[in-house]
Amino acid sequence: MKPQAIILHASGTNRDQDVAWALELAGAKPAIVHMNAINDGTHSLLDYQMLVLPGGFSYGDDLGAGKLWAIALRNRLGADLEAFVDRGSPVLGICNGFQALVKSGLLPAYGGSSDQQATLTRNESGKFECRWVALDPAGNSFWTNALDPIYCPVAHGEGRFVAEAATLDEIESQGMVAFRYRVGSVAYPADPNGSANHIAGITNPAGNVLGMMPHPENHIVAAQHPQSRTGPTTGSGLPLFKNGVAHAALS
Amino acid sequence: MNYCVEVVTKQGCRDTRTDDLKGQIELLGIPGVDSVDIADRYYLTGSISAEDLGRLTDSLLADNIVETATSFPLGEDTGADGAHSYTVDVVLHPGVTDSPAESLLAGITEIGLAGVKQVATGHRYTLSGQGLTRTDTARIASELLANEVIQSFHINEPGRSPFAAPEAAATGAESISLTGLGRTQLAALSNERRLSLDGDEMEAIQAYFDGKGRAATDVELETLAQTWSEHCVHKTFRALITYTGPPPGAHEPIETTTVDSILDEHIRAATETVAKPWVKSAFVDDAGIVALDDTTDLAFKVETHNHPSALEPFGGANTGVGGVVRDVIGVSARPIANTDILCFGPVDTTFEELPEGVHHPKRIASGVIAGIEDYGNKMGIPTVNGAVIYDPGYTANPLVFCGCLGALPAGSHPTEPQTGDRIVVLGGRTGRDGLRGATFSSMESDHTTSELSGSAVQIGHPIHEKQTLEAIIAARDERLYNAITDCGAGGLSSSVGEMAEDLGAIVHLERVPLKYPGLAPWEIWLSEAQERMVIAVPEDNVARVGEIAAALDVEMTVLGTFTGDGVLRIEHNEATVGEIECDFLHNGLPRQRLTAKWEPPPRQETDLEPPPDATETLLGLLTDPNIRSKEEIVRRYDHEVQGGTVVKPFAGAAQIGPSDAAVVTPIRRHEGTTPGAALAVGVNPAYGAIDPYRMAWAAVDEAIRNVVAVGADPDRISILDNFSWGNPRLPDRLGSLVRCTQGCHDAAVAYGTPFISGKDSLNNEYTGVDGRKHTIPGTLVISSLGIVPDISRTVTSDLKNAGNHLFLIGTTGPHLGGSALAEHLGFDGGDAPEPVQALHGYRALHHAIASGLVVACHDVSEGGIAVAVAEMAIGGARGLAIDLPDPDLDALSACFSESLGRLLVEVSPQHAAEFAAAMGKYPTTRLGVTTDDQHIRINGSNGSAFIDTTVAAVTTAWRGDGTA
Repeated sequence: MKPQAIILHASGTNRDQDVAWALELAGAKPAIVHMNAINDGTHSLLDYQMLVLPGGFSYGDDLGAGKLWAIALRNRLGADLEAFVDRGSPVLGICNGFQALVKSGLLPAYGGSSDQQATLTRNESGKFECRWVALDPAGNSFWTNALDPIYCPVAHGEGRFVAEAATLDEIESQGMVAFRYRVGSVAYPADPNGSANHIAGITNPAGNVLGMMPHPENHIVAAQHPQSRTGPTTGSGLPLFKNGVAHAALS
Repeated sequence: MNYCVEVVTKQGCRDTRTDDLKGQIELLGIPGVDSVDIADRYYLTGSISAEDLGRLTDSLLADNIVETATSFPLGEDTGADGAHSYTVDVVLHPGVTDSPAESLLAGITEIGLAGVKQVATGHRYTLSGQGLTRTDTARIASELLANEVIQSFHINEPGRSPFAAPEAAATGAESISLTGLGRTQLAALSNERRLSLDGDEMEAIQAYFDGKGRAATDVELETLAQTWSEHCVHKTFRALITYTGPPPGAHEPIETTTVDSILDEHIRAATETVAKPWVKSAFVDDAGIVALDDTTDLAFKVETHNHPSALEPFGGANTGVGGVVRDVIGVSARPIANTDILCFGPVDTTFEELPEGVHHPKRIASGVIAGIEDYGNKMGIPTVNGAVIYDPGYTANPLVFCGCLGALPAGSHPTEPQTGDRIVVLGGRTGRDGLRGATFSSMESDHTTSELSGSAVQIGHPIHEKQTLEAIIAARDERLYNAITDCGAGGLSSSVGEMAEDLGAIVHLERVPLKYPGLAPWEIWLSEAQERMVIAVPEDNVARVGEIAAALDVEMTVLGTFTGDGVLRIEHNEATVGEIECDFLHNGLPRQRLTAKWEPPPRQETDLEPPPDATETLLGLLTDPNIRSKEEIVRRYDHEVQGGTVVKPFAGAAQIGPSDAAVVTPIRRHEGTTPGAALAVGVNPAYGAIDPYRMAWAAVDEAIRNVVAVGADPDRISILDNFSWGNPRLPDRLGSLVRCTQGCHDAAVAYGTPFISGKDSLNNEYTGVDGRKHTIPGTLVISSLGIVPDISRTVTSDLKNAGNHLFLIGTTGPHLGGSALAEHLGFDGGDAPEPVQALHGYRALHHAIASGLVVACHDVSEGGIAVAVAEMAIGGARGLAIDLPDPDLDALSACFSESLGRLLVEVSPQHAAEFAAAMGKYPTTRLGVTTDDQHIRINGSNGSAFIDTTVAAVTTAWRGDGTA
């Protein structure tokens, strides 16, 4: 049976359907469910095997990217969400979803803390950036297991990963960095936002919660590649979803 | 009690917003600002305990990793002392959309706090520097920090309450007797209420109410003014015009003829003549509709939002995008791509040159771009194509064209409201924002416009529109409504009025959910508050629509009923405040009779002596704002969301080369053949100054050429016409418009390309304090939508390999009039490019592309062959060596001429012969080869290098320092 994946739709998220397609191609059965439907009891998070928080501008990002969504997640889903994470089910937050995971304290969440330990703030360029980036996988979670580098777009104004030095040390030493922007001698725009240590994505210490700013769901078929006529014949973002779905199938 | 929470960036963390602001202050020419700090301020009113205030501050307002927050009773803070340091507090006027405030209220509810009644947001800027004066600070505040149309600012003061005193509930409608008023008095009334109606129109209204034997109400007068506005009804395009000028395309003889509506005779006639079976809807609905394939239709619309963008660039462009997106939702389609074409004054305009009351072009550009970015990105619609044009003619009247493409299941757009259907409004609340927008945008402007019509300007709320979209799509898929339209100019008065045209309706204004109390009935009825859609719902389906809306956080109102009696009846608290027969509302407008005159402008063709250095000229052209890379703008737009962008705005491995068109597909399919839609524009106002007829031909040809270049089928292209012009009551302005629509007709028919929608924005005129009138160059934008049969058979402009052949298709003539070269070097280049018949060439090229013979293709337009090959080299990071196409043409013309019907095509050696054969009778010239030596060599007729430069040099010229 295909693993059931829930894509949470908060008012203003907008890559819900992009992710749904990626999950379908990766072998899951996705359902896009509005936060209101979780609230009214018609859907239970724990009935699903995988959770994705998609990109967009939840509630307009007016109080800081992902901030209000983070509060709503804690408020409405708190216990279920912790149970879901604790049982090891895969959780993926992309872009706005990553911001919400970080601001709700679900990432990096080292030392058993549920406080906000890091942030994603305004890009160093001071601008929204939409461009393709190369990502080198790192860490030892199932997400990046045997994963080739991913080439996919970023599209965000608040993607600069910032944390205090001690936090960064923890993240690095515990192997929680999942993706780094591949930079040459000049960091920008290969690292489009000026993130600490060029971090593009991190996991929790257990490795089942992944957050990342770039959009692997927008490179799941060859036609999406900028050089699709002469370039590779598959989408390099798809294997990441396959890794997540394969892990979801185990539970 | 009022409180303020102030959030500042932590010591040691960087606020990237301040860098940009410091740069802008320097550009204002104000030295001596050493530091700028920006604090976000949140104002709260209500009975709030200290504990609650602390909780709210900690959990909602500060990102504790990089920010710190403090809270205090409002007024207990102090401003700076003015000794080298100044504070500027900026807040929105009460009633202006404040979406962060809405979000904060939602957050307060989420964390379960009671007692907060109202919130508002603003900023405190602290500027410091040894030489800084209060006068300088005031200038920085009014030029950069606040726009007094929507905001107020205070310098060096404690925080002030941004909340308005509560208003009393509104009274009913006002009665206005028209009986016995003469033409002058009627004109005065029109002027006083800003109805923008002329003597004939006011007399028709007077006769109508005299016939009924009663006075009009304010609701009725305002309804008629909106419905009869140029913006809504396109009086000029429907007028009977006496035109004096030469026949279409010719220069003589000058004769006087009658044009019985340029819309019917020139635009619609072309669509009818070409009669394409795949056109599903043209000029009837909110957007034009064509078939993509058997199961999917595409809807396309381009709107202008010029007047609002001049006053409040962010809000104007923001709601421009929101408005055109609603047009597409208004034909039951999901938006899949946005486009934008922007015309600004030169960014290096000095403040001395700027007419009073006009924002600097840099401020307008920066606000407009931010407004487009905000709306498109937040709605999750990729912004994939557009153009930016800088010309002094746009300094006082910037132009903002916003386009939107949507997709819908074939035949899923219902258009017939039924008697008894409920009038259902979905979306945001109604306030006093956007009053009289339709009439405002139909008037000329001057330095008082911002005071008189400031209320016409609004700020959008893209998240409301996104959720409303999802609700509409769900209702469409369940077939819950019989008709739909968007709420745009004129607000409910226009949208309900239009839907009720055949049936009549009764509406109950007190049911409209308001942002705040105090609105008079006419204000509720006219408000252009954004993000609202109107649908006609059978009574049995209303509850289901309500469920869908509630699940998506969308508010629904049942406003009234379609009655079937042909009367539009408007009630407020059970009193009738308006009652107009739909027949009079929609057919009572007296037809305008206008006079138009066009004659060829005097010619002063000049020679270039001595001839300029061609290599330097090319490098100079590449740095021209109208030609150089627009990457720093385009990368701020998300062009990847929805995952369907196949040909992107930039081409090549480094993605820095320009694309001629974007290709998007709404179809998520990973196997087999997927069709897509190519989007492009054609626009060249400089040709219009020479001959608007030729401008139209050039724009149509360019728009078609651009989509063919990426792989669209030339027999499956539809186009939109958008006209921004001056005052049509001035015969010269209208004359050039008539001449232009003649060209539109002839070109569309020649290419077999139907117009499916369009829009005109007239009266783009600004009168300065000195009485000087500033008008725009008559500007035609042609937007093309081409069907790409197979998205795997698309082509981009970047050179792909060394050793390939480079072909030119089409004929190069001496066409430098209105060219980028003539503009750059400041000479009269003579005639604008003459019309060509290139359809058979485009068909042959399409066949070659579809057969896989073409590896790169690029349109030849501004800057001619020289600029086009440079752009191909930039995208591909490869060199080339070519000969000029026509040995009989002087080398400068051959390089820089802008003759129509031409493209450059890269073909591999093994396909070269097949390609040349495939082009048949269309002129096809092998110019040379691509190389791996990073040199660009264009040889003159004597074989010596006429242009000799490097890929690095042209890349630097075109991209600047490349940090975009």
